[in-house]
Amino acid sequence: MATPKSDTITSGMPQAEKKKNSPLAYIRKNYILYLFLLPAIILVFVFNYIPMYGVTIAFKDFSPLKGIAASEWVGLEHFRKFLESPNFQQIFVNTIKLSTFELLLGFPVPIILALMLNQVRRAGIKKNIQLVIYAPHFISVVVIAGMIFIFLSPAGPLNALLGLVLDRPVSFMSEPGYFRTIFIASGIWQGAGFASIIYVAALSNVDPQLHDAATIDGASLLQRIRHIDLQTLKPTMTVLFILAVGGIMTIGFEKAYLLQTSMNLPASEIIDTYVYKRGLQAADWSFGAAIGLFNSVISLILLVTVNFIVKKVNGETLY
Amino acid sequence: MNNKLINNSKTDRFILFLNKIVLSLIVLIVTVPLLYVLLGSFLQPDVLLTRGISFDPSHWTIDGYVRIFQDGTIMRGFFNSIIYATGFTLVAIVFTIMAGYSLSVDGLVGKKAIMIYFIFTMFFNGGMVPTYLLVRELGMLNTPWAIILPGAITVWNIILARTYFKGLPVALKEAAMIDGASDTRIFLSIILPLSKPIIFVLALYSFIGQWNAYFNAMIYLEDRSLYPLQLILRDILIQNEVQPGMIGDQMARAELQRLAEMIKYSAIVIASLPLMIMYPFFQKYFEKGVMVGSLK
Repeated sequence: MATPKSDTITSGMPQAEKKKNSPLAYIRKNYILYLFLLPAIILVFVFNYIPMYGVTIAFKDFSPLKGIAASEWVGLEHFRKFLESPNFQQIFVNTIKLSTFELLLGFPVPIILALMLNQVRRAGIKKNIQLVIYAPHFISVVVIAGMIFIFLSPAGPLNALLGLVLDRPVSFMSEPGYFRTIFIASGIWQGAGFASIIYVAALSNVDPQLHDAATIDGASLLQRIRHIDLQTLKPTMTVLFILAVGGIMTIGFEKAYLLQTSMNLPASEIIDTYVYKRGLQAADWSFGAAIGLFNSVISLILLVTVNFIVKKVNGETLY
Repeated sequence: MNNKLINNSKTDRFILFLNKIVLSLIVLIVTVPLLYVLLGSFLQPDVLLTRGISFDPSHWTIDGYVRIFQDGTIMRGFFNSIIYATGFTLVAIVFTIMAGYSLSVDGLVGKKAIMIYFIFTMFFNGGMVPTYLLVRELGMLNTPWAIILPGAITVWNIILARTYFKGLPVALKEAAMIDGASDTRIFLSIILPLSKPIIFVLALYSFIGQWNAYFNAMIYLEDRSLYPLQLILRDILIQNEVQPGMIGDQMARAELQRLAEMIKYSAIVIASLPLMIMYPFFQKYFEKGVMVGSLK
């Protein structure tokens, strides 16, 4: 590394010794390292920080003609409008329900999968199972949504099966009551296998002697899974759980939008799809930005709170 | 593991047996829908709708594929997607690796501040509307830049790259330094050759992520000739729009609908097959990527 110490070794000049504490001298000497950082810093500034300034339009009446700076301040007007709008309660509850259920139902599946895979003794078979269950992860969200429409259409294969018991096809996609189930089940189908990679990797680090010792002491398989395997996974589970809770308000918005039909909106309209429709499609810029900001702030609060609680409970933390 | 010798009680063996059954079921649940679509794409639509999957060769057809290739819309989308995903991956990889390397250097002045600058964006962002307004302001609406530049830098990837570089043996770098090699030299001729795995992992993630994305294209692109594959697919699969070039002129409505159904199956196969075929070769890299990430 280009530390000041090696600097003196290479140049062997006494002045370098004197300069070693000056940050400016360090920067001048290692300017290449900063040049390397520059493109990333600029791109993040443009596409992440400028929109953060842009979010001030949530407190203004933005007009594209006047620009952001010259538009008039209206304070919390847009937030008030959103909170008081008749849609608010439904959209908010939909968002919370969809993501909470998805988290609670989806989170344990990869863990269970990894524990099950870990019991497969023959490496070849295990590899092949993994190969198959990772596959859906690589299918695009548009194709997944397309497949859902095909499989669940009134003339589709699922209804053909159900036709053996029911006398009339179920129109899954236009019935709000089915939306969350479809969304979550398809999410597990697509993602659980791939999400298990990280747990499988963690389990492969378990010392087999631990299991042998426990077996000699008379521990049953389930006891060993509970006291050895699950304990190994705990740190990984904690970090992933915190991250998942932090992302709870932004979960799966691209898929939700694709799966929306005019009939299932009462269950499928979530905050992000609403932001898109009001903010971009209807060009109600300030209102859209305000709802988006409302969403980000809730995410941030959730992330910090969960991190705090988890830290209190078992000492693991994300940052 | 020689557990086989020491265990097992009857319950244990029963549980292991159950485990095999459930895993086989899971494999079935994953594969059956995929096979259904694959086989369905080769079946005449009326047969598929009325009788389901059939193995009678007289029911087979490649009409769906022929129509897709004839029309060209999907092929153009395919081509656009390759350009977008390649451009996006290049920008992402080059800049991410460079930044990750600098941040891995011990004693870099201002490292902490720069890390905070990056990490802050993981917790808070301006959101959809301000980002859209920015892209519009920059004059990038309806240009490939709107797809390639925003989102190319992912802070998470920079952290991954940095973690990887930190794990490289220091001795090599120090030896080069004593020989008087510059930072650029060290980076190009010592670090980069050792970094193929992380470059490959990041490139795969970026490319596949961009290949499968539709949302940015939907909000930023208007011109249909610029549409990536996923957006074309959305029209066909979700909006039920059939491209005029895919069907002849005078067709009855019912016939049209059946054809549209068949084109859906073929379109899904064409869009998904390349990744499905390629990913087993890359499987170990995905696993490696997850491992680097879990070290943090």
